[in-house]
Parts: sequence; C-alpha cells; structure tokens
Amino acid sequence: MALSTRSNFAKPDDAFRAIVEAHRGLNDEQSADLDAALVLILANHIGDLDVLKEAIALAARRMLDTSQRQQQQQQQ
Amino acid sequence: MALTKTQFGYRRHPDQDRGAANIAEHAIVVVGAGPVGLSLAIDLAQRGQSVVLLDDADRIGEGSRAICFSKRSLEFWDRLGIGQRMVDKGVVWSVGKIFHGDSLLYQFNLLPEEGHKRPAFINLQQFYAEAYLVDRVEELPAVDLRWRNKVTGLEPHNDHVVLTIQTPDGPYRLAAQYVVACDGARSSLRQMVGAEFTGQVFEDQFLIADVKMTAAFPTERWFWFDPPFHAGRSALLHKQPDDIWRIDLQLNRLADPAVEKLPENVRPRIARMLGHDKFDFEWISLYKFQCRRMNKFIHGRVIFAGDAAHQVSPFGARGANSGLEDAENLAWKLDRVLRGTSPQALLESYHIERSAAADENIRESTRSTDFMAPNSHQEARLRKAVLSLARETEFGKRMVNGGRLSTPSVYDTPLSTADADSWHGGPRPGASMPDAPVAGARGEPMYLTDAFIGAGTSFALLEFSNGAAPELPDGLGTIRIGGKGGLEGGFADPTGLAARRYDAEPGAAYLLRPDGYVAARFRHPTRAALDAALARAAGHN
Repeated sequence: MALSTRSNFAKPDDAFRAIVEAHRGLNDEQSADLDAALVLILANHIGDLDVLKEAIALAARRMLDTSQRQQQQQQQ
Repeated sequence: MALTKTQFGYRRHPDQDRGAANIAEHAIVVVGAGPVGLSLAIDLAQRGQSVVLLDDADRIGEGSRAICFSKRSLEFWDRLGIGQRMVDKGVVWSVGKIFHGDSLLYQFNLLPEEGHKRPAFINLQQFYAEAYLVDRVEELPAVDLRWRNKVTGLEPHNDHVVLTIQTPDGPYRLAAQYVVACDGARSSLRQMVGAEFTGQVFEDQFLIADVKMTAAFPTERWFWFDPPFHAGRSALLHKQPDDIWRIDLQLNRLADPAVEKLPENVRPRIARMLGHDKFDFEWISLYKFQCRRMNKFIHGRVIFAGDAAHQVSPFGARGANSGLEDAENLAWKLDRVLRGTSPQALLESYHIERSAAADENIRESTRSTDFMAPNSHQEARLRKAVLSLARETEFGKRMVNGGRLSTPSVYDTPLSTADADSWHGGPRPGASMPDAPVAGARGEPMYLTDAFIGAGTSFALLEFSNGAAPELPDGLGTIRIGGKGGLEGGFADPTGLAARRYDAEPGAAYLLRPDGYVAARFRHPTRAALDAALARAAGHN
C-alpha cells in the first residue's frame, strides 16, 4: 500500500477544522504535546511502516522546500 | 564470594625457556580470560583443540558487572558442561515490569510458555560465571591457562602470528596459527592491529550500585520512568544471588562522577528508592557508554570477539550474551578450519553473522538508550506522549522502551540453504534451535537441547521420523523423534511440542549446525539435498 495523497474526506474542511479546534485554547507547548500524541495514534492506526515513511518524507520535503525558499528570499 | 576461587597464581611455563630462534608454536591462542575467552577455550578444547589462554591479571575482576545471562547463553554453557551450575546459583527470572511515576504501565514475560530446559534469563554476578568457567577449564588439560601473561606485541604473518608476552619473569614470544582477542572493550590487541573502533558516544551518565539487603521484592526486572524517588530520570532494580540487588540510576548529564560516586551521596538516593536504609554497598560504579563495533572482526590471523569487537549500552543484556554468542559461533568454525575439514573461508561467515548481530544489538540498545535519555525537546515530547498513551492503549505500552532484552539473532548467511518447501512455522535457516520437551529411550523426560548435546559436537540432523531410515552422510549426528510413543533408538515427543515448534510432520528434518543454529530444513530430505546443504553449511561453496 502506498501513501494516499488523494483527498480522502468527503468534507475536508471538517477534518481540518477538527484538528484546528483541538488546538484552541492551548499554548504552543500544549499544542506540541497534543500533536505528538496525535501523530503516534495515527501512525499506529496506519500500521504500515512504508506508508509512515512516505508520509514522513512528504512532510520533511515540505520543510526543506520552505527553508530553501526562505534562503532564496534572503539572498534576493 | 566464599567458596569461590578468584585469585590464581602465575606459573612459569616451559615456553618461556625457549630461545628466540625456537619459539613455541601453538594452534590457537585466546587472549583474555573473561566469560567470552573462557567459554571459547572450553568449547575448542571439547572439540579436541589445544588452546593457550592468556590473561594479564591473576584474579577474577571485582564487582558484579554483567549480571543477566540469557537462555541462549545457558544453552551454550550446557554444552560446555556448566549450565546447571550457573542456573543453580543464579536467580531465575522471566518477568519484567515497567513503571511510570508510581504506577505500573505494563509487564512482559520473556518466556511465556512451558517446555524449555532453561529460563529466559538468570541473574548471576559475572565473577561467579567466570569462577565456574575457570573451574571447568581446570578439568580440561587441553586448555593451558596462563595468568599474568600480558600481550605487548603482535607480529602478523601470512599463516601465523607471533605474540610478545610480558610476565613477572620477563617477556617471551610464541607463535600461533590463530589468535582470538577476547580482551574486552579496551582491547590492546585491537590497537595492535590498528583497527578503528568508532561509534556513538552517549553523554548520559548512569550509576550502578549493587546493594546487599534482605527484601521481599519478586525476582522480576523493574524499570521506572520518572519514579517518585528519582524525579525526571529512570531507574532499574534487579535481584542477584546472595541478597544482592542491582540498582541502576540515570544521572544528570552534567553530574560530576567523582561526587556522585561517593557512598554518602549514593546512599540517600537509594534510601529514597527502597524506603529504608538498611542496606550495604557491594559495588558502586558510574558509567557512560558507547555503541560501536570494529569494521572487520577478522584481521588476518587475529579474530576479535566480545567487547573487543563490539560494545553496546547495558540496557538489554546484550554485552556478555552477544560475546558468548560470538564464542559459540567461532569455536566450531575455527576447529573445522584447523582440522582441514572446512576451508579457511568458513571463518568469514563468523564476521558476516556476528557483525550483523552486533549491528542489531547496537540498533536495539541505542533505541532503548535514546528512549531513556531523549536527545531533544521533541524527542522528550514524543516519549511523554508514548508514556501517557501507554496508560490506556496497547500500542502505547508496546512502544515504551525500557530495554529490549537480548534474543539470538537470525543469521542471513551464506551457510544457510534457503527453504525449498513450504513452512508455516518453526525456526527458519539461520535461526537458533528452539527447545522442546522430549522423552528418552526409557521414557525419561529430557529436552531437545539435551538430545542435541548427545548427538555429538558436529552437524546433526533432527529428524521427525516417518519410519523410514534414510541413509545419512558420514559423521552427521542424529536426533530421531518418534511420535507420542517414541521409537527405537530415538526420542518420543509426548506433548507434541517438538513437532509443533518445528512445524514438523513425519518425514521432516532440520540440519543443525554445531552451534545449534538451523542450516537447512526439508519436508522430505533426499540424500543429495542433505549433502549439498551440509557442504554449504561447512563453507564448501
């Protein structure tokens, strides 16, 4: 099974909203704690190391893109 | 330590009287009389080899040091004739408990089934293990154990090595066809061959205290994350013989070792843990550790084993046990090469199998260490999430890493013959043989591991008999298992556990290496297939 990046929710806004609302009222530290637990729960639910690694790669690639863009902007 | 001999005398050996042009020549010199060197020497001697065993000290080291000896190590020691003595003295255990704060997170049983001769682990102070091994060596004239013989020089040649050895009577030299360096983490032989020994250094400090007290704690391994008596850190409590308890406390990275080690500073910590201070110190040691291994375990005619070749963190009992696995792996190979029944290339499989095992041990123990001592805020946060999830979820419990205890590696090795038949269980080629209860010729209860010892020191065929008696290659030991009723000249399987653990129906057979690892298995072996598998397992490729 490969990582699915198609839109899987019938109402993606509801899913995004549910995550956002979970963080409402939390400070950064509490939010980070919540995310850490959430990542572990979802990773276990997926239960497939290859899919997890693909997801990590996708997330990490995005971080890399962001930092490269920032560097380019600084150089300009 | 009463009744256990730990001090030995230097004795001058006739080798020391020979001139420079006429130095003594030996087949095998083992350097280092610790658990690994002693066990290796005994195994080689039992195979008919003469071994010179050198040690730079004249006594067994103090302190408990290694304390957890695995089922696999006990099965090896059974083959060396000292397993029972170790078990009789040791504290048998198989249950571990993990606490977070003051509540139990979960517990595990490392051997949750019956029908094994040996327990998952015994705890035994290393000095007892060494003393029993020395006693066994003294029964074997083929092992020439020389105390206060310190190797100071190593001169490699194509087909031998010349060692320079310092003694109280001055230096002498001798030649060896093979030298096995079992001289520990600070191996001087490793430096002499110029091998690198690189890896990861951990900054966290741990304090080991062995304390003597009478206590009613069960014989289980107890591990705490963030216990009330040692806030924010981890702690371990484990029982040893003689009312000695091993306590292992994680310290601050910046703690000053000299200060931390003072008994007046250790005592209050442990009193907080135990809730009383009615204990005496046996041994206090502060340590940091490294995870590293040599790139090559074989340097010409010098072979490295145990801590000399690889080092791991102590969480998981992977130090001494992996060294003993090195010894059982190497002994039969070296014996066959010296006899000329296998090519020298067989030794390369020692490096292949045991360096992969070292990598596995390093990986496992590094993960445990990182879990106990997170390297960043985010690692700490993830650990906190795991620990809190463990209170209410099964997956969380399984992610809590308070040390994954040593189990034998499964070798991906050129000595194995890949399965051609379909199997739904049982040990695959490269795995160690599982034990099972069997009954002997007179119905006496015994174990498969006993039957393996009875089958000799060479390769053995474990056959689940279907009544046929196939013609077997010469020199192959046999273990023939009948059904519940047994069979003439073989063993019965009264509980059916042997057949079940080997996924065996009548006719099936496992080819076992001299170290008890599976080389090949067949639903219905043919003579040609057996010959081929045997040749492959003996390194004739």
